[in-house]
Amino acid sequence: MLIKSLRAALCAAGAVAATLLPLQSSHAQTEPIRIGFLTVRTGALAAGGKQMEEGIQLFLKERNNMIAGRKVELIIADTGGNPAGAKTKTQELVERNKVHVIIGPLAAFEALAIDDYIRQTKTPIVAPSAAAEDLTQRKPNPWFVRTSTSSAQPNQPLGEYAAKTLGYKRVAIIADDFAYGHETASGFQRVFEDNGGKVVQKLWPPLNVADYGSYVGQLKGNVDAIYAGFAGANGLRFLKQLREYGNKLPVLGSATTTDEGILKQMGDEALGVISGSWYSAAIDTPESKRFVAAANKEFGADPGYYTLGAYSSGVLVEQAAKAVNGKVEDKEAFMKALRNPGTVKDARGEWKVDEYGNPVQNIYIRKVERKGGKLVNTVVKTYPNVSQFWTYEPKAFLAAPVYSRDVPPSKNIEP
Amino acid sequence: MNRRALAVCAGLLVAMPFVAGEYYINLASQILIAALFALSLNLLVGYGGLTSLGHAAYMGVAAYVSGWLFLKFGFGHLASAPLALLVTTLMAAVFGLIALRASGIGFLMITLALGQVLWGLAFRWVTVTNGDNGLSGLTRPMPFGIDLNGANAFYFFTLIIFAASMVCIVAFANSAFGSVLRGTRDQPRRMLALGHNVWLVRYLTFISAGFWAAVSGLLFVYYHKFIHPQALGLTNSAETLLMVIAGGSGTLIGPIVGAAIVVLLKNYVSAFVERWTMLLGFVFLFIVLFMPDGVVPGVQRLWARLTGKGRAPQRGQP
Repeated sequence: MLIKSLRAALCAAGAVAATLLPLQSSHAQTEPIRIGFLTVRTGALAAGGKQMEEGIQLFLKERNNMIAGRKVELIIADTGGNPAGAKTKTQELVERNKVHVIIGPLAAFEALAIDDYIRQTKTPIVAPSAAAEDLTQRKPNPWFVRTSTSSAQPNQPLGEYAAKTLGYKRVAIIADDFAYGHETASGFQRVFEDNGGKVVQKLWPPLNVADYGSYVGQLKGNVDAIYAGFAGANGLRFLKQLREYGNKLPVLGSATTTDEGILKQMGDEALGVISGSWYSAAIDTPESKRFVAAANKEFGADPGYYTLGAYSSGVLVEQAAKAVNGKVEDKEAFMKALRNPGTVKDARGEWKVDEYGNPVQNIYIRKVERKGGKLVNTVVKTYPNVSQFWTYEPKAFLAAPVYSRDVPPSKNIEP
Repeated sequence: MNRRALAVCAGLLVAMPFVAGEYYINLASQILIAALFALSLNLLVGYGGLTSLGHAAYMGVAAYVSGWLFLKFGFGHLASAPLALLVTTLMAAVFGLIALRASGIGFLMITLALGQVLWGLAFRWVTVTNGDNGLSGLTRPMPFGIDLNGANAFYFFTLIIFAASMVCIVAFANSAFGSVLRGTRDQPRRMLALGHNVWLVRYLTFISAGFWAAVSGLLFVYYHKFIHPQALGLTNSAETLLMVIAGGSGTLIGPIVGAAIVVLLKNYVSAFVERWTMLLGFVFLFIVLFMPDGVVPGVQRLWARLTGKGRAPQRGQP
């Protein structure tokens, strides 16, 4: 019996060997540059994932699928918008597809879930959207570089704009109750209050709240404006209900509250909303106009946060690949080029990468207007070369805890 | 299950790392972790007839406790792992008191509610759980100084824990207690009349299901070195219930097969099929239509019919 069992075990082992060995055969030498692309095609984040895919597809189409003299093989993986999926898909891209660089993932928690793994495997990651502050601040990863923005980066200038240019004294904050909502709102609050403003109320509706009615009812009437920090479709729902309840106060917002990705679904309720962002489809430069026209031709919609984030990731990868003469196999040199690309040019203008891996870029204060029958984010002011630390000293900034629901402390809350 | 089949399986599992690439080994580790989790749920669903939709809570809490103790107090794994198991088992003991006031749909709804409460807590109690950003910067244990960061080492670690747990679960299912438990599932009133304390039998099962879920939760957090509220979510609970039902609830091999099907569809097939969620749906539809009691009993019945020997296994037999 025992011998029979042993023989069976050995046969089984042999069978596994026979089926799996061919999969490990090595690739030929003249290879394309393999880019892994982590997106989300299923679940709540799929809308952003689709725009990300459009961004990278547009880039590769414009380059005829060639960068730095080598063909590009794009391998798209759907994480399902959850951390475990992000990790498994990253492993698949690295271990099975042997990619040279990964563009993605979409959500901050996905980026955090794979943080340790990319350090271990030394895989260059170019993040087109994940905005969590600490990814490029208190937990910087040498293999990580971002092409969009940190959460608070565009909201800090918005705080100054609200206090100095608009002259607001009192603001009520309402934002999604998760890390991105906390970080955007806190960046705004800190700079607004440092410039003499007062945040007198803070409301945190849960991400999946069915109805904003009870929150709109709680909002104070004796404020100069409302700051709305929303992501996904929540901005759309909140603004609609705010106006339906007859609240006519001015609204400030984070980049994603009136992002082009959802602006097309909004109506008059969005008019006049002032937001801070690193991009607007209405930027009046030839490169931006060309990009917007190309996106409209391909997908029939204005490009937004996710579209440009992914497109810019392509631009950065190309620039770095050129800098190492197409030798992306040399990971250390390639990553160095990704982290120190010099000046990068895309539809948002020119930008650089700081020593933590985050862009230093123009921040646009935008106002929603109706032009030619559609809503656009008209640029009303540009803050040039804004860093993720705003005007604060990076060391002091990093010594303080990361922005959250209670950081910075709210001293001006009125009961 | 006969000895030769067992030997084949053991041979396959042990030989795996010597022939397969890193990616496949990691996939196998994930299947083992999911399988252990499904086995723990199977104690309730398959043997106790108590369908729970909040089982992910135990997996998640064990993972969070272990991660939190490490990050906050710098606990080593030797201290944090037993503490995490203890806390989670105690929590199961408390939740059992609440949930077992009902059975059937009532039990399902209470476990769902308790699970969602913990999910909400993980998401919004930011000072402890770090909210949506999750707990990162965790490590894997180093038993006897062996570094588990490699795919192979971790796979064997998981395999050993899995095998040990499996032995315990098999012993549990085949014990006199296991028979009584099946009795409370099929004929609770008759068992009561025979003098068995049905409530206590269910309660003890509930607690041990929580304990084994905690073990898989530790493996889960060691594997990912990251924990996020989604691990406690309804999706995770429901997916595991699907594993149990698809594989064959009330069998010992069923949940393992179910876990393999779901993990492979989710992680492997999705690389080739864009609409893999649809495929997942079709697979489950197929199972429900043609093998309503799960893949393992279904295949066994088919085998018996083809070879013309043996009788079709009854529900509840290992």
